[in-house]
Parts: sequence; structure tokens; C-alpha cells
Amino acid sequence: MRHIISVLMENEPGALSRVVGLFSQRNYNIDSLTVAPTEDQSLSRLTLTTSGDDARIEQITKHLNKIVDVVKLVDLTEGAHIERELMLIKVKAVGAQRAEIKRSVDIFRGSVVDLTANVFTIQLTGTGDKLDSFIAALGDNVVLEVARTGVSGISRGEKTLAL
Amino acid sequence: MDQLSGGEMLIRALHDEGVEIIFGYPGGAVLHIYDAIFHQDKVEHILVRHEQAATHAADGYARSSGKPGVVLVTSGPGATNAVTGIATAYMDSIPMIVISGQVDSRMIGTDGFQETDMVGISRPVVKHSFMVRKAQDIPLIVRKAFHIATTGRPGPVVIDIPKDATDPKVKQPYEYPEDIKLRSYTVPAKGHSGQIKKAVDALLTAKRPMIYTGGGVIQGNASEQLSELTRKLGFPITNTLMGLGAYPASDKQFLGMLGMHGTYEANMAMHYCDVLLGIGARFDDRVTNSDTSKFCPDATILHVDIDPASISKTVTADVPIVGSVAPVLEEMIDLIDKSDKKVDKKALEVWWSQIDQWREKDCLKVTPSAESIIMPQDVVKAAFEITKGEAYVSSDVGQHQMFAAQYYGFDKPRRWINSGGLGTMGFGFPAAMGVQFAYPGAISVCITGEGSFLMNQQEFATCMQYQLPIKIICLNNQALGMVKQWQDMQYGGRHSHSTYAESLPDFSKLAEAYGHVGIKIEKADELYPKLEEAFAFKDKLVFVDVLVDPNEHVYPMAIKGGAMKDMVLSKSERT
Repeated sequence: MRHIISVLMENEPGALSRVVGLFSQRNYNIDSLTVAPTEDQSLSRLTLTTSGDDARIEQITKHLNKIVDVVKLVDLTEGAHIERELMLIKVKAVGAQRAEIKRSVDIFRGSVVDLTANVFTIQLTGTGDKLDSFIAALGDNVVLEVARTGVSGISRGEKTLAL
Repeated sequence: MDQLSGGEMLIRALHDEGVEIIFGYPGGAVLHIYDAIFHQDKVEHILVRHEQAATHAADGYARSSGKPGVVLVTSGPGATNAVTGIATAYMDSIPMIVISGQVDSRMIGTDGFQETDMVGISRPVVKHSFMVRKAQDIPLIVRKAFHIATTGRPGPVVIDIPKDATDPKVKQPYEYPEDIKLRSYTVPAKGHSGQIKKAVDALLTAKRPMIYTGGGVIQGNASEQLSELTRKLGFPITNTLMGLGAYPASDKQFLGMLGMHGTYEANMAMHYCDVLLGIGARFDDRVTNSDTSKFCPDATILHVDIDPASISKTVTADVPIVGSVAPVLEEMIDLIDKSDKKVDKKALEVWWSQIDQWREKDCLKVTPSAESIIMPQDVVKAAFEITKGEAYVSSDVGQHQMFAAQYYGFDKPRRWINSGGLGTMGFGFPAAMGVQFAYPGAISVCITGEGSFLMNQQEFATCMQYQLPIKIICLNNQALGMVKQWQDMQYGGRHSHSTYAESLPDFSKLAEAYGHVGIKIEKADELYPKLEEAFAFKDKLVFVDVLVDPNEHVYPMAIKGGAMKDMVLSKSERT
């Protein structure tokens, strides 16, 4: 099963490589990874998606917790949560195609953030599934380039991942 | 407040941490530190002949004394040479601090002379690592490093120090922090009382109980508590390779080592038990055999370990208890004393009579292949008798290691020093040096094979320099015995690159060339007197080269893919 794990870690050099290294060292997958500082400059928040059965996910969270730079973590998929990913996508847009693509962008509540005579650059946010569906909806031979941020997430309600 | 350079701060901080001895090898990036060592006499530095040996010596020091081992190496090749020793310590959870020099901070990333990314290279085999940015951080980093290395599940910590951070011209006020706070590092304290109670209930209702303990009992200094609990319950007990000595081998409740080369009775009792209490052991593949679905099929598994990630990693625990072993065992003992339930004596009697039947198999009996030939097992037995079981015994890796584990009965913890997890050949000799530095008056024996010994033989020179009276007993079968055994058993006897008899050195002469004593033993009737002669040299290193049966195998041996009850017992017998 797919899991989204959010990790608060020391904003120190080497911390990220310890987390990423753990995954390759122990043969766990990372499907996506996103990391940035938080409101507390001494902490970074890293969110990753991985998959595996319960025993494997338990081992992953235990080993993550053992890393000295890891302060706290949560498996967001254990409870109600919000997940978002941002995608910037460059597509071919010529002639009648332009209106067609603009309609698709509107349906998916994205926006065209840059354009040339031949190309649209579109910004879209949502779950990974939504972004996948948008790419599929564009059809073949349209997509020129995709830049996705990877999944970020947060728990619903009053639950927080903080010190 | 004293004004110190970074190099001086490092040595002062080690002293403030209680370090008396460090093992190292100088080089460009650590010259400032070596100059600081020159100017003081509180921390003794031992010059080894290879950085790998420095780590193994520090490791042997740590395993035997319980204190962290400290290593100092230079950048680049000095650091990479230390990696095998760091990995060895990591796999066996040994507290160790490795200080590596680094090129000037302005040079980092430029592929400077003797530059290597030590923090990166060592990352998968350390508990944690630090890169020093400025000299004034050194005291705090040293304090943190020792705290992390020695608490919880211990392990090696690397401190990488760029040369400019130790500059003797830059002096700054030195203060050693008394207390440190690490918000992201907490040590599991006591085990969960509810879980401990559940475990005790299971133990007191067991019909066929078994206690299985590993290196955690030794690292956690819990041998006394383990003995008290085991005797109180009257249960059979086995130790892993890493756990030998945690429970006295001479005690009747002890079934010997378990696992791949464990005793018949220990492995059978494991397989057929109904309640298994695993303590400070990690259910690794040399114990469970490769297919964990066949492991202890009828047992309720109780698992005590300080590392939550070791619990339910390979075998699912029915009652997991995360905590330091000693307090958990104390709480168990207390609960047993207070409980209304008592051990099921009747069932236990039946269980013991079954175990006694298994014991009658006498799986460790040795049959010499010819009258004059020396059996390797008999060498270990003779060493045990001559040293009255009081020696610190280090070993390398292979057949001799298994023979030492099987035939030298360890009654006390921290006496058996071996690389169990990583299986590092070349470990034994430098580790024996570390033991001898920890206990100058003790008998430090290295039981080795000629293959392993050749991997760190340069330490003959270190032993001469520091007059270390180590006794090296080399079970010389003129081959990489364990490799050859597997080739005999699984590769149709094709000895691919496991023999080299024609190119072996004359080991006694080699020892003599360094100024040590060399003794060669070739016939069975010489074994005991010549070995006694070797141990009679109180102040000298003696290398005893014993020509043993080249065709002997280690038995019992687990059958790959089988359950623990499935063993090869001799060249002609299987279970």
C-alpha cells in the first residue's frame, strides 16, 4: 500500500542524505520526496511517499526514527489527511489545440502561467492521481516537459506534526 | 578558562570524557592533533601499523572493558582503511569514536590530496557522524559523540575534522559542556510494564520454555540479572555467538550456542519450544536459518530489545518489549516473585528429560581421523584447560572461530571477542591487542586461522613496540577452511581458490623476525606440552602454529532452507 510519511528533521548538512541513504541501504522504495525548511529555521520537513506491507512500513518508520537527525515523524496515511502536489507542465499548443487545452486546464482548475505561439506552460495542483489524470487527458504527443514537486501533506483537523 | 587550539581542545575533550587510550596512525590532515598529543601525557596514543587494526584494537578494548574505543586516523586512505573496522563495530553494536582528519575546509570538494568524503563513505555503517565546522564546536561535538555512541543501542560515531579547525595558531577559550540536550535522540528507558507482565504470564504458563540471548545482554551489562532469572525459572538457555559468556557455559541449564553451528540440543529445544524468550538478540539469519516461516513453529515469542527496529524485523514478536535489558529483567524477576502463578514444574521435568535425550547425542564429540593428527577442536580444548577458562579469547572468522565458540566454555561476559555480524577476517589479532591494553595483566589469546591472520599480520610490529604478551594460536589447516567446507558440501569438492599450502610462510620464523617467540606443533602428543610452554612465556608474544587436520568440518551445521531442527551432524549423519 502507498504511504505518505512526513518527517521533521534537523536543518543540518547531511541530514537529508541520511534519510535518503536509509532507503537505498535497506532496499525500501521512495516514489516521491519533497523537502524544505519550516517556520522554525532549525527544522526541515521532509515528505516522502513509499509503498509496502504493514511490516515493511513499520520497519521504515522505526529506522527513520533511529536516525539521530530525525526529530519526529508521522505516517499521514494512517489518518485523515490532505495531500497536494504541484506540477508545471509544458505542452504543445497550436491552432485549434489551444482552446481545447485551455478547456482541459479549466476543468482541472489549473492555470496557464506562460505561453508562446506554440507552447503553453500550465500550473496544476492536487493529488498525485489528479495530476496523472490531467496528463492522460492531454492525450499523446502533446506533453513536452513535466516538473512535479512530489507529494506534500498535512493531517486534517487539530492534529499537528510539531515539537 | 584555558585558551586552546582545536587540536588541543580535541585531546582535552577526550580526557574530560574519561578516555585513557586511543589507537591511531598519523598523517597530513591530523598533524596538528598529533602535535597536541605530543604536548600532553593524559591520553595515551597507541601507534598501530594499519588503520584497520586501529579500529579493531579499539573495538577489542571496548568489547572487553565496556568503555568506548577511540580511534584517530588521517584523511583519505587513513579514513577509508578504518571503514571495515567501523562496519564491524556497527554490526555488533560496539561503542566507538572514530576521529578522522579532513583536508582544509576551503579545500573540501576540490579533490584535494588525500581528500575523501568520510562522512559520506561511513554513513551506512555509523550510528551517527559529525563534520566539524569550527574549532569552538569541538568540545560539544565530542560530548555528543560519546553520548550517542555509548547509550541506547551502542555503535560507532565518526567525527571528521578539517585541518584548519585544529590550527595551533588559533586559540580559543575551552569549556567542556556538562550537559547536552539532543531533542532528536532519546534513549528507551524502562520497558513497558504491561508488556513485561504479559511476558511473565507467558513464561509461567510455559510447558516447553526456552531462553535465547544475544550480545545485547553483554552490551547492557545484564549477565547477573539474566543468571538470576534463568535459575529462578529453571529454564534451559542458549546464547548466540555474540552472547556467549552472558550465562555461564559450565552451568547445567546452558545448552550451548545455537544457530548455524549451534549444538544439537540448543537447536532442537529452540524448534520445539512453546514459549521463547529472546533477550538482546536480533533473530538473525545465522540463528533462524534462512526461512523464518519454519522458525519455532509452536512458540509464543517474547522479545526484549533496546532497539525497536530489531523487534519484528525478521520474526514477528507476540510480546515485544522495548527497553534496556537489565531493568526489564529486574522487573521480570520482581513480578515472578510476586506472582501467584508458579512455574509448571511437572511440564518442565518432562521438557528437561527430552532435552537430556538430545544431549546424549553428544554432538560436539571429536573423532580424530588418524592417531597422530591434531584435531582443531582439541587445540581449543587444551587452551581452555591450560588457561583454566580465564582467558580473554578473540578470534577471526571461519572454522577456527566456530571451534573456539563451541569448545572454549565462557563463564563470564566480555571474555569472547569476535566479529559476529560482519564476519571480519583480520579482526582477531588487533582486537587481542585492544584487550591486552584494557587488561595488561590478563591472558589475551587470539585463536585464529592462517588465512585470517595474514590479513593483519603487520601488527606483530605494534606488539613488539608495546611489549604485548598476546598468545596467538593459529589453527593452521593450510586452507580457507570454512570456504573449503562449503565447497566440499555444496560445490562437489571443487576447491576454487581456497587452498594455498605451497605459499604459506613459516609462521614461527615470521614471529621471530619481529622479535617474538614462534612455536610449531605438528603432532598430537606435542599439543598439550608445547601449548603449556607457550603460555609459560608471561612477558612475550608467542605465535603457536598448530598444524591441524586439513579435512575437518565444523558440525553441527544447519541445513540451508530448513528449520532449526534440520542439521548435518557429521560427514555421514543428518537429523
